[in-house]
Formats: sequence, C-alpha cells, structure tokens
Amino acid sequence: MPWISRGLRNGIVTSTYPRKSDGYGPNFRGTVEANRSRAAIEIKAVIEACPTRAVSARDGTLALDRGKCILCGRCVEMAPEVFAFSPSFAVSARHRRSLVVPPTEEDDGSLTILREELAHRVKRLRRSVHVRHVDAGSDGSDEWEIAALTNPIYDVQRLGIFFTASPRHADLLLVTGVGSLGMIRPLQHTLEVIPRPSVVIAAGVDAISGGMLEESYASSGGVGSLVGVDVFVPGSPATPFGLLHGILMAIDLLPLSTSDSDDGPGVSQGTRRGRHSNE
Amino acid sequence: MESDLVSPSDPRGTAFERAILHFANGSRFAGIFGTADDNAIRLIVAMSKNGELQLEHAIVPSGSSHYPSMASDIPAALWYEREIFDLFGLASDAGAVLEPLILPLELDSQRPRPGGGGLTPTVRLDLTPLTTRVRGEGVFTMSYGPVRSGVFESIEYLVETPGEEIPSLRTRVFYKHRGVEKRFEGMSVRDGVMLAERCEGVASVAHAIAFSGAIEQIGELAVPLQAGCVRVLHAELERIVNHLDSLTRHVEAAGQAVAYARFSLHKERIQRVRGRLCGSRFGRGVVVPGGVSGPPALRAQELHAQLDPLQGAIEADTRLLMNTPSFIDRLRGTGVLSAETVREYSALGPVARGSGIVEDVRQSRPYAAYGHLGHGLLEVEGEGDALARQIVRAQEIARSFDLIRRAIEVLDELGEPSEGRWALRLPQLSGEAIGWAEAPQGEILTWVEVREDILVRVKPRSASFHNLAMFSRAFPKDILTDFAFIEASFGVSIAGVAN
Repeated sequence: MPWISRGLRNGIVTSTYPRKSDGYGPNFRGTVEANRSRAAIEIKAVIEACPTRAVSARDGTLALDRGKCILCGRCVEMAPEVFAFSPSFAVSARHRRSLVVPPTEEDDGSLTILREELAHRVKRLRRSVHVRHVDAGSDGSDEWEIAALTNPIYDVQRLGIFFTASPRHADLLLVTGVGSLGMIRPLQHTLEVIPRPSVVIAAGVDAISGGMLEESYASSGGVGSLVGVDVFVPGSPATPFGLLHGILMAIDLLPLSTSDSDDGPGVSQGTRRGRHSNE
Repeated sequence: MESDLVSPSDPRGTAFERAILHFANGSRFAGIFGTADDNAIRLIVAMSKNGELQLEHAIVPSGSSHYPSMASDIPAALWYEREIFDLFGLASDAGAVLEPLILPLELDSQRPRPGGGGLTPTVRLDLTPLTTRVRGEGVFTMSYGPVRSGVFESIEYLVETPGEEIPSLRTRVFYKHRGVEKRFEGMSVRDGVMLAERCEGVASVAHAIAFSGAIEQIGELAVPLQAGCVRVLHAELERIVNHLDSLTRHVEAAGQAVAYARFSLHKERIQRVRGRLCGSRFGRGVVVPGGVSGPPALRAQELHAQLDPLQGAIEADTRLLMNTPSFIDRLRGTGVLSAETVREYSALGPVARGSGIVEDVRQSRPYAAYGHLGHGLLEVEGEGDALARQIVRAQEIARSFDLIRRAIEVLDELGEPSEGRWALRLPQLSGEAIGWAEAPQGEILTWVEVREDILVRVKPRSASFHNLAMFSRAFPKDILTDFAFIEASFGVSIAGVAN
C-alpha cells in the first residue's frame, strides 16, 4: 500500500518531447558541430589527432562524420573556432552519408526517395510499434540508455512504442554494438524471423562504424555490413533522446518542428506528419 | 618479480607453485595476465594479500604447448586458463575442462596473440554446440540467449534441468568478444584511455582510473589531490548508479511496477547529474593519465542542491522496499553463496561482501584520493543470499554519497591545483605496470606495457569476468524462477567479461 503514495510523490516527471522540445542540460554533449566557413584554418593536426578518424578534409573542405565521432571533444579543444559541442540530440539520419557534417550538396532526390520508401513501409506501424533490441557487441552502456526509455521521464509507451520479448512480435529492430563475430549469426537469424515490413535502427557509433573498434578479426566495424540499416542514431552511446528521435524518424512520426539532419533546407516535408491523434 | 622458464623438464613451474603457496597462505587469487612476443608467451599470476599485490612471472617458450594448470588448487584460475587458450592457443594441462570461453576457434585457426603485434589474425569460429552433462529421466537442456527476452547484453546460459532445479549451468560469453585487447596494440596512451572506458561501458570511470593508474606508475607521477578528488566524485556516482541499476533489475523481475518507476527515475537523475558535471552520462573523458581533464562543471552548492534530495528519495524508497514482503521473499535465501565458496573463487565486490568477505581496494590499496578522504569500515552482511548482496549495495550507496560530499568539501578547500594543471604532463613512457580501481562490480586490474609512448599490451581484467566464473555455483537449491534475481544480484556487465 505505501507504494501508491510513493508513486504519486513526484507528480508528473515525463518529458514533453516530442510535442515540445525538452530543456535538457546546457552542458550536455549531444553532438559536435563543425563550422565549414572557418575550415580554411589548418586542421591537419585535428585530423591526425581524432581517435576515430571522424574528421577529414574532402577536396580541401572540412568534414565531420557523426557516425564515427565518439564525442571525446579533442577537436573542440584543439580548434574551438571550428568545432563546438551542441546539446542537440536530433541528429539521427536515414542515410549513412547524411551523418557527415556540414552537409554537402548531395543528391537530395535520392534522399527523398529513401524517405518516401521508408514512410510507405512504416505506414501501418505508427500507432503501435514493437521494438526488439539485439546487442551485437556493445560496451554495455548502450543497453542502459535503451532501458532508460521505459523510465517515467521518457516513458515511450505514451507514444505507442513498446519493447517486445519475441522478435516474432517486433516491427523494429534496434541494434547496438560493433557487430561482433559471435553475434553475426544470431543477429541475422533474429532479423529473419521479424515479420515484414520491418525497420532496422543502428544505435550508437559502435553500431554505425565500430567507433573505437574499427573492423578487425572480432569486429565488423558496425552492423551496416550485416543487416540493411534504415536509420542511424549517433552517440557514444546514443542517448535516450537520441534513440527516441531515431525511433520516431524510423516510423515517420517526427513532428514538423524538429530539425531533421538529412533534410537540406528547402526539402519538402510533405511526407512526414505530426502525431496528434494519439496523445 | 623473478621470472621462471617453464620447460618440459620443469613441468610444475615454480612461479605457479609459488602462487599456489600464496593461495594456501591466505592470499586472494586476482588473475592471470598473458602477453605474447615473438619467442614466448609470458604469464603473470597476480595474487593479493592485505592489499599488497604479489606478481609471479612465468615465461613459456613458443615451442611448448602446455603449462601447468592451477585450477585444481585455485578453481577461479580455470576461466583465466580457458581465456589464455582462446587468445594464445596455449593450453594449460587442465585437460578436457578447458573448453572455449571468450573465443571458440577451430584448432588450427590463427589466434589473436595480444601483445605480439602483427596483422589482424584470420580466425575461424567453431560453433559446435556444447554436449550435455547431466543424464537422467526427464532432464532437458535449455539454451537461454544470446538474444534474450528484454533489453540485455548478449550472453548464453545453457541450463540443464529436470524442470525446476538447475543441476548444471554453463555460461557462454564469447558472443560479445570485440577484440578490445588486440585493438589497444599500437595506440597512443591518450587514445588508450578512451578505449579503456569502452571495455565495460557501465564502469567507464573505474576502467579509466585503473588504466591511468598503471600509466602513472610507469611515468612515476603523483596525481594532484584535487584531480584525485574529482576521480572519487565520478567513481562514486558511477557506483551509485550501477547499484541502482541492480536494484531496478530486481524490482523489475519481481514485477513491482511502482518501485521500478521510482528506481529507474532515480537512476536517470543520477545519469543527468553526471552529464551536467562533465558532458557525458557515463563520466567519459574525465579521467586522463596524469589527472583529470578539468574541474566539475557544477559548483559545490549546485551539486549539493542536486544530490541531497536525490539521496533522501533513494534511501526512503530503499527502506520501503526492504520492508515490502512480496519483494523480500523473492530474495531471502535465494542464490546462497557460502563464505567458503567466495574464498575459493576469490570473488570480488558486493558479491563477496554479501557473503561476509570484505575486499575493497579503495581501502586495502588506496588510490585517487581515497587515502586522504578516509573510508569507514563496511558493515558486512554474512548471509550470502541475493538479499544480503542488495543490502550491501544499499549501504554502499549511502557511503558513496558521504564520500562525494567529502570530495566536494576538500575540492572546495584546496581550490585549483598549482598552475591550474588538473593533469600532469606525461614524460616519455616505457615500462610495464598494473593499475587498479574498485569498480561497482569489484576490483579491476589493468596490466599495461608501453614502449616509447606506444601501447604494446593492455589487459583489463574486470570484476565481471572474475565473478561470473562463480555464477554456476550460485544455484545450490534454487529453481528457474530465481534465475533473474540471482543474475541481477551479481550485477555484472557482459562487455567486461568477453572484451
């Protein structure tokens, strides 16, 4: 009985995201922004110092690959005029290429097709999406962040997102880890028994690129070579808000106000719709 | 630190004999560290007595394929011998029980041989299923994992059962092996600490402290007290949140919905405080060899204002939980580990303390600022069941808050370190050393060899690895429905077991 009053003790603690933005911590390292206009500055030292080779120069232009960035902040320390931390977590993308910032003039057309194809696939999943998680060689922190989605602050059930024990009941596969040798078969087997249509999310830089554990005898350098990934969620590990953003992107439910990193300015947002009916 | 050659003419190998003698004289077995070079494989046996580390070195020339097993005298050594076989292809003479553990390879496959440099090996996994052990009417084998029902790390438990009891349980941990140890080779020291943080992500701070401790021994550096206090602050927050995670898993398994909401909320709030302090919810980037990357981002007052109400809420909920019969009944008498078993396996952390064995390197081998901040003696629960382990964790949470408070105070009194230098400049580093830290799971030991600033061999030994070896012994009269509780009461991270 005393638990009843305990449950009421703190009132409502649940985040307002994605209806409104959540004012989570200004010191928080959500992502690294790279300022291309200052790229003329010598950044060779930064390129060499980056522990995961996330910083590169393409045709003399600076590029930062968020799919490799482990947010260690060495570039921010070495070249604060070019790199800066930002608390933003809305950095998931539907295309591996879109994780490279600043965005270049890529083929917007192909991204639009990709998004429409995904939107079509998930059309029937929106009201209730069941998520199956598979650990394919994580460092253990990714699982904590995923488990956090069920705590009262994120409370993903309110958005119609549920974790399921059986892959046969799943719509969405959430993969963490570098793609360790031993998990290749179990991962592919899990995906095989998930009913179609399904969506695959690679959660965290380990799953996107291997992070610190690039391709080796034991690591696949990310799960992209093992399963077809639909949405990439950067972060080391991906934070709960980052994961939520990625899941909402995967089921095409991001509200219009949230910035979408793979949308260049001027790209039509007509294929996406906010979720109003179920709240 | 004498070395011994182990050759066929000296089959017993005096280094191993000495280690067994230490064990018989009350030393705790702390691990075997293997490292390869062109001509030989060196094995370092670590024993610990009253905080002092006793290291015995043995060199096995590359021609020999065997070395003497210690497993019949020290049961905990078996997992290390299995690991050494997987990584180096070097077998102890333990015989058939030397089945693969972290990397099951075909016999003629190349092996990683960490420490030996060279290119990435081409390995061939041997996925032959394990044969069953138990015979009897109605006994069947159930394989639980590696993909499990819920958000868990991948591991496979092979349970042989007639229906309720668990007469045989084997753990298969290789699924998550990521080649971390081989990856360290050739890295710079400052990149190495970041990889150390990722050996076992939920104990990032402790792993970074153990790695940095080894580097600081090699470089003969005395870290400023202020930096030590910052390390304590982050390490204790890590302990609190890991213990809360264990509690959360217990209440989830017991189906206590409100308690689950409460404890997962507390856990999230601690993670957020950690995020505000340093930018990372896992305290990453704080500990660097030579000190810390900087002072905490919150002032003492702000930090108190955040932590004090949290401590009050956690303690109130824990008190209520420990008075909730439907919860306590699931833990009392569950997964009993006797003090003898714990001693036999030289178990670590809250698992050992729950059975009345105090082993805490914060106290016995003080590091960071623990020597300065003091460290009251633990009240030890002697029952050895899952409940005792949780009571130990609850007490440790309270003590961690005290330590944090003292660390903040001292930090406030001392002000900035001289010349604002939170991390000492590293000299050129060549040498080898072993570093340590008391992670939430227990003692971490990290063996580091560095040559002209380049890492040659890093072997982090997590408490998760060491304690999981004893897991199959924790089901003396328990049944399948107790499994989730016993597993949660061990509080291990699989990433640290098979890194």
